[in-house]
Amino acid sequence: MTADPAAPAADPGETVADPGEIVAELDNLRVWFPAPGGAAVRAVDGVSLGIRRGETLGLVGESGSGKSTTGLALLRLVDATCGSVRVGGRDVTWWSRRQLRGLRRRVAMVFQDPQASLDPRRTIGASVAEPLVVHRLVDSADARRRRVAELLEMVGLRADLADRHPHELSGGQRQRVGIARALAGEPDLIVLDEPIASLDLSVQAQIMNLLRGLQRDLGLTYLFIAHDLAAVEHMSDRVAVMYLGRIVETGTPEQLYGQPAHPYTAALLSAIPVADPKVERHRRRIILSGDIPSPVDPPSGCRFRTRCPQARPDCAEVDPVLVEVAAGQWAACRYAGEAVRAMRAGTVGEETVH
Amino acid sequence: MSGHPDGTLRRALSALRHDPPAVAGTAVLLLLLVVGVAGRWLAPDGVNDVDVDGILRPPSLDHLFGTDELGRDVLSRVLVAARVSLEVGLVSVGIALLVGVTVGLLAGWYRGWVDNVLMRGMDVLFAFPVLLLAVAIVAVLGPGLLTAMVAIGVVYTPIFARVTRAGVLSVREQVFVRAAVSIGASDARIIRRHVLPNIAAPLIVQTSLSLAFAILSEAALSFLGLGIQPPDPAWGRMLYDGRGFVTEAWWLGVFPGAAIFLTVLAFNLVGDALRDVLDPRQLTVGEARRSRR
Amino acid sequence: MRERTDRPTRPGRAGATDRHEPAGPDIAEPVLAIEDLTVTIGTRRGPARAVAGVDWSVRAGQTLALVGESGSGKSLTVLAATGLAPRTARVTGRVRLLGEELTALPEPRRRRLRGRHVGFVFQDPMTSLNPVLTVGRQVTEACEEHLGMTRRQARERAVELLDLVGIPSPRQRVDAYPHQFSGGMRQRVVIAMALSCEPDLLIADEPTTALDVTTQAQIVELIADLRRRLGTAVVWITHDLGVVAGVADTVAVMYGGRIVEQGPVDAVFDAPSHPYTRALLAARPGPGVRDGDLPAIQGSPPSPLDLPAGCAFWPRCPVRGDARCEHELPPLVPVAPGHRVRTFYPLSEDA
Repeated sequence: MTADPAAPAADPGETVADPGEIVAELDNLRVWFPAPGGAAVRAVDGVSLGIRRGETLGLVGESGSGKSTTGLALLRLVDATCGSVRVGGRDVTWWSRRQLRGLRRRVAMVFQDPQASLDPRRTIGASVAEPLVVHRLVDSADARRRRVAELLEMVGLRADLADRHPHELSGGQRQRVGIARALAGEPDLIVLDEPIASLDLSVQAQIMNLLRGLQRDLGLTYLFIAHDLAAVEHMSDRVAVMYLGRIVETGTPEQLYGQPAHPYTAALLSAIPVADPKVERHRRRIILSGDIPSPVDPPSGCRFRTRCPQARPDCAEVDPVLVEVAAGQWAACRYAGEAVRAMRAGTVGEETVH
Repeated sequence: MSGHPDGTLRRALSALRHDPPAVAGTAVLLLLLVVGVAGRWLAPDGVNDVDVDGILRPPSLDHLFGTDELGRDVLSRVLVAARVSLEVGLVSVGIALLVGVTVGLLAGWYRGWVDNVLMRGMDVLFAFPVLLLAVAIVAVLGPGLLTAMVAIGVVYTPIFARVTRAGVLSVREQVFVRAAVSIGASDARIIRRHVLPNIAAPLIVQTSLSLAFAILSEAALSFLGLGIQPPDPAWGRMLYDGRGFVTEAWWLGVFPGAAIFLTVLAFNLVGDALRDVLDPRQLTVGEARRSRR
Repeated sequence: MRERTDRPTRPGRAGATDRHEPAGPDIAEPVLAIEDLTVTIGTRRGPARAVAGVDWSVRAGQTLALVGESGSGKSLTVLAATGLAPRTARVTGRVRLLGEELTALPEPRRRRLRGRHVGFVFQDPMTSLNPVLTVGRQVTEACEEHLGMTRRQARERAVELLDLVGIPSPRQRVDAYPHQFSGGMRQRVVIAMALSCEPDLLIADEPTTALDVTTQAQIVELIADLRRRLGTAVVWITHDLGVVAGVADTVAVMYGGRIVEQGPVDAVFDAPSHPYTRALLAARPGPGVRDGDLPAIQGSPPSPLDLPAGCAFWPRCPVRGDARCEHELPPLVPVAPGHRVRTFYPLSEDA
């Protein structure tokens, strides 16, 4: 846990200007929830990462990997069990409720289901204006209306939609509203929690284009949380792969998608269906057996070993730390690279279903 | 705070206008209001004008609603009683609504020990038979109209607390509440702006039901001599008094009974319509279509 | 046309591979064929024509993928064909299941045929299972009724079915309850349930949408494997073009209640000829399109309540032809053998 690979600066905490200014940083964060019988659900169990200004950090994982909880921790919507959360160079891990209101202006969030995340009884305008009102960013009703119109136009909506209610909009329009609302407080970081997962396919591309366009124009910083690996690859400057509460691999999309070093990353990539029947027919797929283990009682040693096709006896004993396998690419596997090569060489076709 | 809520209200009211039952209910309520304010002047006779020669007369042109066992004009008494009955209903339900909703909001929002303490208290109130509780309160505060209203209010508080708490517990789990937390909104703001409007529907229904029961409870209390004191008229009281004459003088019970029935019905009609119309999803279809582009 | 209900039922048999031996002239008969299917749903806002003029068929051992976005009518097509459309729906057209015209049958007979010959797998495995019954009871509930099994036979059959769908130690798990299973395992239970009567047709409505990708890969493999071994015909409803490419033999792309493109999977993916299909394939992020915007389709899919007069895709179409597209419904025309497209302007391969 000593290495802090996702934070690019050599000595964490230093806020240097230019390419490496760290907007937000998690250091060995653990978020445990109480479970029946005095046990703990270890949703996040030792995650360290840093997010640089102006970049998109993609966070991928399956359900139960802890990726959403990690996002919530950045807004202190869940409390850390141990470790720290730093935003703008300040440790916010134990900030009071009062201070948190300030934090939640600096870090905004876009939720998965735009229908559920907008209050059905309030107009679009009222929803978008809420951060302005809460943080007293405008001093008159007129200024508020103008700012709401401006925000709606920024996300490609007509300003007159402000008087509508959420149910009168399409799914894509509602997600645009969610984005406008997140932009309202001019945050340093926007946590995008599965922002396209519940949208129609033809609308997903629109929203991804919008998010990238806004980032270009406004210099936004994103934490893009998704299970859709293709979308993460498209959106991200760097990617972190989570499994059972831990980051198992980080690197650039080119590194991870081209030369994955962790067996889990390789398996995840191989599981994505490709929209080409010829490729699908002939590809060798690494199919993992079983399901993600319970976060109440994670496996000893390497957490992935119970499903890893290349697990060795000592994987049960030693908990692997992230090691740098290539410049900027870190993997938490004692047999990184080697295991993936062995997996890819092995034929998978027959031993698919267990 | 902004023009938007007014817009909602305006649209809600205009939608209300196109709902015939709601229009009828509103008309009856307005009529009641007039009668409640001006009943004393509208009444053809004095409420306590005793006429020993004309007792228990059936309805006629002289006495449209007939006369009672003391020869008093029933119509006049029904008109004058409107004020008391409405007052009892509105004030007692007002008390129940205010206290019950506050308790329910705190219990549902903060949960934990706050919830336990408050809701166990409500359970204790709820466990008492209604009249016993009211009698106990009257015993402490002394009989009278105000006491009756407080007593009835206390009796109906737990229902409102429970309805509110159930609503808060479900709304607080909605993503839009988490979204409001995520932008740094305070608890007070979230409760006021997001939770309350979304639990309004069951509360409105409960209010219109409770108004009816409160008017009837007043009758029971008055009957026990704990509410309004004779000879002042109240609908519930008149209904009870008329009970003894059901076979020989039906009009003694029927007219106050009809007044209660109409009032309750009107409250219910308006309550139902309000519930529907305050939900933005229930507004017209054309708007939804126009907004798609 | 043969009567399948009287086929000897061997309850003690796991899905053996000898079933559905393609015997004789029977092979040409599709398991399910629908023609000119139209579904109109009465809503508060008036009738909505949710499905219109849909034709397709699926043969034994084959997979037909129905692809579309929300409101395209893909699920409703199948529900209506099998008699499961909501009560407010008016269904017209012809539906033949194993050669028997379903629309002409009285409901009790139709229900029996459906129960006996069609298995369903829905999106959410949690809501498809009853939380208070053991999985063993649920898996065989349908076949107890349709095949007249005893309790003991049913239990044995349940163990076999759980084994068939790859649930480890099925003899122990047969008495477990749904909440004791993970999402992927639950979907396996649902598949076992669907297969319990040895159906000729499996309808899989977004069976992997609620699952993680590694679990999705398992379920895709499982269904493909079962189809090979049991010769079941599969109708796979999905919005995921990647899944389609992996599972389908033929594809029907739906938009606004109509099929806009249908054909063999290779033809549709290699030479997508409808602007919608092509735009949908292009809008997916893939390797190599890191820089620049995705070629997104503007706007949103139409509501069945408010469909344009002509081509439903016209308002969003990048080609956008001419006034004819706006006012006149394009016919479904062949562009290659078995490959049909509903557009006035089919795209050529290099367009």
